Amino acid sequence: MSVPIHWYLLLAAAMFCIGAAGALTRRNGISIFLSIELMLNAANLTLVAYSRLLDVRTGQLVVFFVLAVAAAEAAVGLALFIAVFRQRHTIDLNRINLMRW
Amino acid sequence: MEMLIFLLFAALALGSSLVVVLHRNPIYATISLVLTLFCVAVLFVLLGAPFLGVLQVLIYTGAIVVLFLFVIMLLNIQKQGRDESAFAGQGLQAAGAIGGAIVFFLLVGLALWRSGLPELHPLTADLVALKGLSRDLFAEYLLPFEIVGLLLLVAVIGATVVARKPPEDGPATKTNPEGAEL
Amino acid sequence: METMASPVLIDVAVKLAVMLGFVLTVVPVMVWVERRGSALIQDRPGPNRLGPFGLIQPLADAVKFLFKEDVTPSAADKPLYLMAPVLALIPAFTTIVVIPFGPTIQAFGRTIPLVVAPAETGVLLFLSLASLGVYSLILAGYGSNNKFSLLGSIRASAQMISYELALTLSVLAVVIPVSSFYLPDVVAYQQTHMWNCIPQVIGFVVFLIASFAETNRLPFDLPEAESELVAGFHTEYSAMRFASFFMGEYASMTALSCLGVTLYFGGWSLPFVHLEGWIGAVVGLLTLVAKVGICMAVFVWVRWTFPRFRYDQLMRLGWKVLLPLAILNLLGVAAATLAGWL
Repeated sequence: MSVPIHWYLLLAAAMFCIGAAGALTRRNGISIFLSIELMLNAANLTLVAYSRLLDVRTGQLVVFFVLAVAAAEAAVGLALFIAVFRQRHTIDLNRINLMRW
Repeated sequence: MEMLIFLLFAALALGSSLVVVLHRNPIYATISLVLTLFCVAVLFVLLGAPFLGVLQVLIYTGAIVVLFLFVIMLLNIQKQGRDESAFAGQGLQAAGAIGGAIVFFLLVGLALWRSGLPELHPLTADLVALKGLSRDLFAEYLLPFEIVGLLLLVAVIGATVVARKPPEDGPATKTNPEGAEL
Repeated sequence: METMASPVLIDVAVKLAVMLGFVLTVVPVMVWVERRGSALIQDRPGPNRLGPFGLIQPLADAVKFLFKEDVTPSAADKPLYLMAPVLALIPAFTTIVVIPFGPTIQAFGRTIPLVVAPAETGVLLFLSLASLGVYSLILAGYGSNNKFSLLGSIRASAQMISYELALTLSVLAVVIPVSSFYLPDVVAYQQTHMWNCIPQVIGFVVFLIASFAETNRLPFDLPEAESELVAGFHTEYSAMRFASFFMGEYASMTALSCLGVTLYFGGWSLPFVHLEGWIGAVVGLLTLVAKVGICMAVFVWVRWTFPRFRYDQLMRLGWKVLLPLAILNLLGVAAATLAGWL
């Protein structure tokens, strides 16, 4: 029996919402980063699900690019964390709030 | 059979994504992320994109998450103490964010329920095979492909420059011109 | 994947039993080969008390590991500490599913390709599962709550991910003339053209060196060297857990040897022999076993011949020598394929 496509879409939506809630509420910078990766994966899953539904390859190609861009973003983001940590000796976002109002 | 695999890996993905977001120890959260990514890769294979599934494992779990672990260990990020909250801001802000996320999920669910999604065709070899994907990549999508390659180069150089140790006292220091930068 | 025949479950089970049996048999044999081989190279007898030529020695080792006291450090991070030896075994035992061990046979009214997982992703699947091996190193070092373990594990994992790049690029160079990631296609290509080790010598050398580094074997075993870091990332492991790391190392050596033999030395095929059916399958399996055996003997030989690299020399070799060589090899093979030579 084939799996209905909206189950995949619901799963992706759930993962996205879990990731979004995590990114908005966590205090630790790394945890926020992990939540962002989770959101990216949820988006990838949605794209592949639609690609399967509509029988086109466009979704898969976009996922290919999203994978590469996510890798680049993770590398740069973690480098930024290291640089900030050297200055502030913390990545607790409650303490790195110089530019907050 | 497909249903069984989907249910197993979907449940696992949901469970481990909850652990990623909720666990106090960043190392455990990262390991749960590995599990989530692996489950999503399996779901990709189920959806007729085996190459994307394999690439997901190779790139995401094989490289990106290892980078995360290295940075966590380098910066010696401890797990949040018992008395400190792992969550920023007051309870109201956290409740607002989580509430907003739940509302969004319900809206998506509602939209899916009301829409009439067409039936799935059986998987065609055209969709699954590598031939089609690579032909598109190098013909129709060549420009984005090259730009992404350039982007990766820029990211590598940028990350190396941003994360390296700053030179000690500025240009006047000549004590260690061949200093080993660790 | 739809282009390949849908595997029947019983086929998969039998093929899996063959491949797993192969790998699980290699491990105790390698224990014996390592100890007698090292003794031969060092001009001493080696174990010769148990059975003729010390052949019962691996059994004695296994019994020792089973009965040894299992010491767990009290401050260790228990889940991570316990997960690491299991994770060491996973890459080794899952990657062998893409290695073909014989020609496609016709039996029981269907066509059976003699590879456990006839997936189109082939070699990519191997590489992706092999890249999961880093986690056991990281978790073992971190979970042991021991400075030497942590240092050893960071070194080992950095070494592993660095040499993975050169390994992947040399594998890609083999895939280009074949135009397919599916390993039986690679073997078929080598049956009609010559073995890949001849036109792609540079790639083969890069693959060989990278596979020494991937499995943490000398000359790249600084992360677990006895004289340097106590025992590196597996310092705090005793008895059966240490045996898991040990087994994982030999099993991943076997898996990488299988891959190297399939990519560069024709896999299960012999140069001018084309056998079909069950005879072909048995001869293919035996040929693969023999070639892998030679490869493992080379591993042992190199271990007891060369001194080990210092860590900075190791990283310099990986990034500044092997990676450019692998890239040049890839470009050369791509150009040759376009020109029609390969």
